[in-house]
Amino acid sequence: MSDAAEDKGLGDYRPLSYFQLMEVSLRELLLEKGIVTDAQVQATLEDMRARGPEAGARVVARAWTDPGFKARLLENGTRACEEFGLDVPALRLVVVENTPQVHNVIVCTLCSCYPRMLLGLPPDWYKSGNYRSRVVREPRAVLAEFGLRVPDHVSLRVHDSTADMRYLVLPMRPAQTAGWGEAQLAQIVTRDCMIGVAVPKASDSL
Amino acid sequence: MPQVANRPQYPTDHPSVPVRFAVGDRVRVRKTYPLGHIRTPYYIRGHAGVVERLCGNYPVPEELAQMRSGLPAQPLYRVRFLQREVWPDYAGRAEDVVEIEIFQHWLEPLSA
Repeated sequence: MSDAAEDKGLGDYRPLSYFQLMEVSLRELLLEKGIVTDAQVQATLEDMRARGPEAGARVVARAWTDPGFKARLLENGTRACEEFGLDVPALRLVVVENTPQVHNVIVCTLCSCYPRMLLGLPPDWYKSGNYRSRVVREPRAVLAEFGLRVPDHVSLRVHDSTADMRYLVLPMRPAQTAGWGEAQLAQIVTRDCMIGVAVPKASDSL
Repeated sequence: MPQVANRPQYPTDHPSVPVRFAVGDRVRVRKTYPLGHIRTPYYIRGHAGVVERLCGNYPVPEELAQMRSGLPAQPLYRVRFLQREVWPDYAGRAEDVVEIEIFQHWLEPLSA
């Protein structure tokens, strides 16, 4: 079945998968029992789709240019984001800082916990069993597959997001960006840099 | 940004059991395998680490999954483990660590 036919919703009679069926059943039950309204479901979907890694990138760029903000961000990520004017409901944020001695990388080995309020929906690979099982036990090899070679003298910290906290990596500001403003800096802070599978490059600026 | 009703709220003042551990304390993760919704990964059960920070008190996930209140809440810690102690064949640096959120009822004290 081609994607185009699937998009039209015509002629695709494949049975739903177990989890698709569970999602549809649960959603319909919640609507039927009046626990949520369809408008609320749609609004929540819109809210999630409207979020992307740009918010996280703005936070990183501010931390790079304002040492006071950076200190508050590392102390209490949620409060610093709210102070920055970001709407981050239900987010308990731990920000971990890359330094010349330490590189950080984020995973959720149990499911796919992710700082959606700052980065939007997680990429598929973040949810894959391959990434989730391997990045904890061979992080250097996994990062190399992303094209990131962590030097031997740098130690690695893997953060397994198992419970109520969410994580954001504060990457190191590239040396070639002296004098850049926040907006230009934010352009080189990609989603992958904030998960810790990449590092920002000054050459990524438009 | 649309206004979203019924957003999850995270109250911060849950009635909680007393906090047992402080930053720097050595702890061991209980090596037990109960059924249910457990937020303690298999791979870390039985391993020893050091408390990196306290995260606050949160309702117990095993209870929440059964539609119960999860109260009294349990303190949640970030615990730091040396990768070489977790994986005997770990190939990276001796200083490499994995840090994991673990609830207090999954931790036992370990004298230094």
